Amino acid sequence: MSAQPRQAPHDMRTPLKRVRGLGSAKSGLGHWWWERVTALALVPLCLWFVWLVLRLPHLDFASAHLVVATPVNTLLLILFTTIGFWHGQLGLQAIIEDYVHTRWIELVLLVAIKFLAVIGALACALAALDIWLAVY
Amino acid sequence: MAEFTLPKNSKVRKGRHYSAKPGAKQVRTFHVYRWDPDTGENPRMDAYEVDVGNTPMVLDVLLKIKNEIDPTLTLRRSCREGICGSCAMNINGGNTLACIKAMHDLPEGDVKIYPLPHMPVVKDLVPDLTHFYAQYASIKPWLRTQSAPPDRERLQSPEERKKLDGLYECILCACCSTSCPSYWWNPDRYLGPAVLLQAYRWIIDSRDEDTGARLDDLEDPFRLYRCHTIMNCTNTCPKHLNPAQAIGEIKQLMVKRAV
Repeated sequence: MSAQPRQAPHDMRTPLKRVRGLGSAKSGLGHWWWERVTALALVPLCLWFVWLVLRLPHLDFASAHLVVATPVNTLLLILFTTIGFWHGQLGLQAIIEDYVHTRWIELVLLVAIKFLAVIGALACALAALDIWLAVY
Repeated sequence: MAEFTLPKNSKVRKGRHYSAKPGAKQVRTFHVYRWDPDTGENPRMDAYEVDVGNTPMVLDVLLKIKNEIDPTLTLRRSCREGICGSCAMNINGGNTLACIKAMHDLPEGDVKIYPLPHMPVVKDLVPDLTHFYAQYASIKPWLRTQSAPPDRERLQSPEERKKLDGLYECILCACCSTSCPSYWWNPDRYLGPAVLLQAYRWIIDSRDEDTGARLDDLEDPFRLYRCHTIMNCTNTCPKHLNPAQAIGEIKQLMVKRAV
């Protein structure tokens, strides 16, 4: 609730002009779709990951290493982390667009989460490959 | 950056207290948001002790206050039967129409009344809906066709007509849009549940031939996709409509034409 008018005194545009703005971006479906597809993929992957982690505490380092390094587990680990980061940055993007209204901070954050997600996903994939290569 | 407090001139202060007349039997206290643009003072909450008696609706109490206690109280009202949408306001924390909010539906205790949230205030309980109406105009809410007009009515089967049920009843009172956090944070770019429900009303109309262009206009990260299915719109709608479902249907159509 505000006692301030929405229109600044120097703004002589009509309300319709302001609402129509620069027009529709003709995008947004991709974000919405992939947010849901990645969420769907993460359901089995999360269950598998919990199951994997629960198996490890009973083992010594060498046998834990062997369990993680099987080809299937390596593949699933890479899928889990890559899709996890992908889904995470899609969600963060929505939050930033919702709440951050200073344009330059918004842009910096939007770019930063993309970079961090790629770095995070690549680092995780390299780590999983490293574990796998050490065994095979 | 984010603002965590109200601007100085919007901070709500304690206002005047109007005690009940001696001999009043059924007294309830109404705390009402007051702001007068002419005084330059901050908004305040005035407290009215009202002998409610058998007053049926909240609107009747507000008019009783205006008629008998304080004629300066400003509010919009017209039809007093939930069809014009003028008296939309925030009563005890929920957006609704004062004229169809029954007194016996309110919980015991004091009643708090504010204008619709997060809108510029014209005066007291009157919000400025200019932007909201412009958003409605922006979806071109009329039948758009290319075929030559028929010599008679444009026909529609009973099944096709049925699809408009739950949509055509919307009276554009703005209760839903002003209850939506997504609309609070991005009102300049997000169309809000009321306007999206109205857009769907034309998208799903079997007589309208501009469906694709209507979807094009909505396909935007902000205009449509700021909806995060929070569901406040559906919870608060005084006409018991389901804007969240209408928005969901639009999103489904976006998928249908692309995937």
